[in-house]
Amino acid sequence: MNRFAHLLDRLSYEPRRNGKLALMAEYFREVPDPARGYALAALTGDMGFRYAKPALIRALVEERTDPILFRMSYDYVGDLSETVALLWPALAARAGEHGTAPTLPEIVEALHVAGRSEIPSLLSNWLDRLDETGRWALLKLITGSLRVGVSARLAKTAVAELGDLEPADVEEIWHGLEAPYEELFAWAEGRGERPDVSDPVPFRPAMLSHAIEDGDFQKMEAGDFSAEWKWDGIRIQAVCGRDAHGALAKRLYSRTGDDISGAFPDLVEALDFEGAIDGELLVMREGLVQSFNELQQRLNRKNVTARMLKDYPAHLRAYDLLSEDGEDLRPLPFAERRTRLEALVGRLGGDRVDLSPIVTFDGWEALAAARADPAGHGAGEDAAAVEGVMIKRLDSPYLAGRPKGHWYKWKRDPHTVDAVLMYAQRGHGKRSSFYSDYTFGVWRQGEGGADELVPVGKAYFGFTDEELRRIDRFVRQNTVNRFGPVREVVHELDQGLVLEVAFEGLARSGRHKSGLAMRFPRVARLRWDKPPREADRIEALEALVDPS
Amino acid sequence: MGGFFIDPLKPVDRALITHGHSDHARAGHAHVLATRETLDIMRARLGLGSGDEQQEARLGEPIRIGDVTVTFHPAGHCLGSAQISVEANGMRIVATGDYKREADPTCRGFEFVPCDVLITEATFGLPVFRHPPASREVQGLLDSLKLFPDRTHLVGAYALGKAQRVIALLRQAGHDRTIYLHGALESLCALYERHGVDLGPLEPATGQEKKGGDKLPGEIVMCPPSALQDRWSRRFADPITAFASGWMRVRARARQRGVELPLVISDHADWDDLCRTVVETGCSELWVTHGQEDALVHWAETNGVRARPLRIVGYDESEIE
Repeated sequence: MNRFAHLLDRLSYEPRRNGKLALMAEYFREVPDPARGYALAALTGDMGFRYAKPALIRALVEERTDPILFRMSYDYVGDLSETVALLWPALAARAGEHGTAPTLPEIVEALHVAGRSEIPSLLSNWLDRLDETGRWALLKLITGSLRVGVSARLAKTAVAELGDLEPADVEEIWHGLEAPYEELFAWAEGRGERPDVSDPVPFRPAMLSHAIEDGDFQKMEAGDFSAEWKWDGIRIQAVCGRDAHGALAKRLYSRTGDDISGAFPDLVEALDFEGAIDGELLVMREGLVQSFNELQQRLNRKNVTARMLKDYPAHLRAYDLLSEDGEDLRPLPFAERRTRLEALVGRLGGDRVDLSPIVTFDGWEALAAARADPAGHGAGEDAAAVEGVMIKRLDSPYLAGRPKGHWYKWKRDPHTVDAVLMYAQRGHGKRSSFYSDYTFGVWRQGEGGADELVPVGKAYFGFTDEELRRIDRFVRQNTVNRFGPVREVVHELDQGLVLEVAFEGLARSGRHKSGLAMRFPRVARLRWDKPPREADRIEALEALVDPS
Repeated sequence: MGGFFIDPLKPVDRALITHGHSDHARAGHAHVLATRETLDIMRARLGLGSGDEQQEARLGEPIRIGDVTVTFHPAGHCLGSAQISVEANGMRIVATGDYKREADPTCRGFEFVPCDVLITEATFGLPVFRHPPASREVQGLLDSLKLFPDRTHLVGAYALGKAQRVIALLRQAGHDRTIYLHGALESLCALYERHGVDLGPLEPATGQEKKGGDKLPGEIVMCPPSALQDRWSRRFADPITAFASGWMRVRARARQRGVELPLVISDHADWDDLCRTVVETGCSELWVTHGQEDALVHWAETNGVRARPLRIVGYDESEIE
C-alpha cells in the first residue's frame, strides 16, 4: 500500500500529463502483479467492490476524536479523506504494536469478500497501521474518488506505453477484462498474446466533437457536411450481440464506457438487433422529449422503481451505427453508416428507439438560422431539448477520441441573467479554503410590497483564479451572517455584487423557493460596475421557462 | 498599566517587540524594547523606522516598566524571537508571540514559563496540523535532487527565519554544495551569519550567466515564496517548485500555489505542541490570538481552562510562515 500511496501522492502534485504518464509507467514497471493490476483498477474506477460511504468514515473518526474539532478541521481542509488522514489519532506513532502496513492486494481482496458490517473494523485496523499518506490513499481508494488528475484513459495509455500498443487497443478489450489484469500487462509487455475477450457486447471508444470556432466555417464547404440537432441528454452506446450459447446479450454504455444497463431496464428490454448504436439517452413522454431535469431523475441509480420507469420512460435517439451483424462499420464514411442506421431503425419498430433527424441546410447562414430557431426548422415541440447543432463531415470514418476536422458542435447561445450574490460557501478540492460556491438571487415583489431578492440558483465555476480571489476577498469583507460553513453576503439595493450568470435552460422546480431550477448555471462575468438594484427580476426568468 | 504595547499594529510611544517579522515589528514607534537580534533585524529591514530609541532586552532578565516587571524568554520561532512575560500584583501574563518547540539550529530553543494567563498564537490551531520532523522533509528534498539531477530545485521559503533554517537543516543532512540565493534573501542570511549562525557556502542565484555559470541544474536555489511563480524562476533548468511551509500539510494549499514538492516545515507550534504548552504553563486562563482561534478555545474549555479568542485584524495568517 505504501508504494501505491506514494504513486497517488506524486500524481496529485504533478501538473503535467507527461509527468503523470511517466509516474504511472514507472509504477507499472516496478510493481509486480497483482498489486499493479489493482492499482490500475483504482485509477480507472473499476475496483468492483462497493465503495464506502463518506458517512461511514465520518462516523469512524467521530468515534475517536472530538466531533466539533473534526467539523472545524473538515471545514478548513475541504476534503474528507484528507481531513481524516491528518486527524486520525496518532496511534501509528506507537508503530510495531499494530503490525506492518497492509498491502494493496490484501486490502482489495479483503474488501471483495467483506460483509458491510465488517468494513468499519477492517478500515480502522488499516488506518492504524498506515502513515498519513497511506491513510489518505486508503480513504481515496475505498471511497472511489481518487481525484489525482488521472482519467481512466490516461491510466490505460500508461499501460499501452509499457510496450508499443495504442490506447485504443487497450480500450477495445477493456470490458472483457477484470482486475488484476495480468493478461493485459503480459500483452503490453510483449510477453503474451492479445487477451482473448469473448465479450459479445464490447464497448467501442466514442467519437467526440470539437466546439466550432470563428473562422472554421471559412475553411469548411457546406456541401461536405451533414447536420443534426445536438440533443440535451446523455450520450450512450447500445450494444447487442449473441453470446456463446446463442442468446442475445445487451448492454448500455456511458460515453466513457461505464456499463449503465442496470439503471435502464425499460430501454434494454426494447433493444432487438445485433450491433452497436451510438445515440442520446432521453426521457420521452407522449412522443415529446422531456427536459434534462427529468432525465436526471433516472441518472446515477443502481436500481429503479416501477414508478420511475412509468414516470420517466427512457428513450434512445440514434446518431450512428458502429457495427451490424458482426461487421465493423466504423471505417465506412458517415453517409454510408447513416444509411445503414436508417434501415436498421426502420426495421426495429416500437417507440423506444428513433432516429436523430437530419437538419437540412444549403449554406452556413441557413444552418445559423436553424440553430437560432430549432422549433421553426424541424425540431417542433422538442426544440427546448435542443442544445445546438452537430456538424459532421459526410466522409468521416468513426474514430476513437476527439479527432480534429471531423465533427463539430455548435451550441446555442446560452441565456444570461444579472443576479445578485447572496450566500457563499467554501469549495472543495483545489478550491478548498476559498469561498467558491455562490448562491445568487433576482428581485421580486415581496409580500409586504417591497422588493426582495429570492435565490434562483448556485454556481461554482465560470470564473478565473484571479476573479475567484477577488470574489473570495469580497465575501470575507462583506459577510453579514454566518451559518456553519455558509456566509451570507451583503445584498442591498446599493451594496453587493452582481454576477452575470449564463445557463442552458430553466425548468419549474418545487425544490427551490423561487419555483425555478437552472440548468448548468455558471458565472459569465463579474459586474463590479453594476449596483444590485439594476439586477434582473424574476419575471425575466419566468419568460424563459421551458414549456413542459 | 505599564503604558506599553506588545507587537502593536500602529505606531505607539512604547512598544515591546517579540520578533522581527514584519507583521509584528512595525515601523514608527518612539521607543522599542526587544532582543539584540530583533533590534538588529528591525534596523536592517526598517532602517530609520525601527524606533527613535531602542533598548535591548536580555533573555531572562527582568525589566521594570512603571508598576510592572517584564521579562523576555526564548520562543524558538526565529533568530531573536522571544515570549514576553508581564508581572504585576502577583499575577503573571505570558504572551508567547510566534513560537515553536521543535529544535532549530538557527535560534535558541523555546522555554516554557509558568503563568496565570497565557496569550498564545494559534496559526496552526487545528488538529490536522501535526508537523513531521523537519529533517524528514529536508531528506525528501535531497532525495528529489538525486532523482532529478538535471533540474533546478527552487525552494520557496520566507526570507526571515525559514530560509536560514532550511539551509542549516540541509547542512546538517550533509549537503555541502553551494546553495544559491534570490537577492531578497542575501542580507538576512548575512545577518544570521554575523550572529554566529553558520550557513555554509552561499552565492547569489542571478548573475551566474554572466560569470559563465549556467542555469544551475541539480542545484538548490532559495527564494521568497512570491518568486516561485515569477518570471524570475523561469531562467533555471526545468525547475521543480518546492515550498517550505506548515501550510503545505494541506494538499489543496500546495496545489493552489502550483507547488510540486511540498515541504512541511513550520516555524510555528503544531496542534499537539500548542495544547502541550497550555498544559505545561499551568495557566488558568487562555487568550488565543491570530490563527485558528476557535478550535483551540474549544479544546481548552473541554480541558478545564477558561479561554477566549482575541481577534486581531492585521496579522496575516497565510503569508508569514
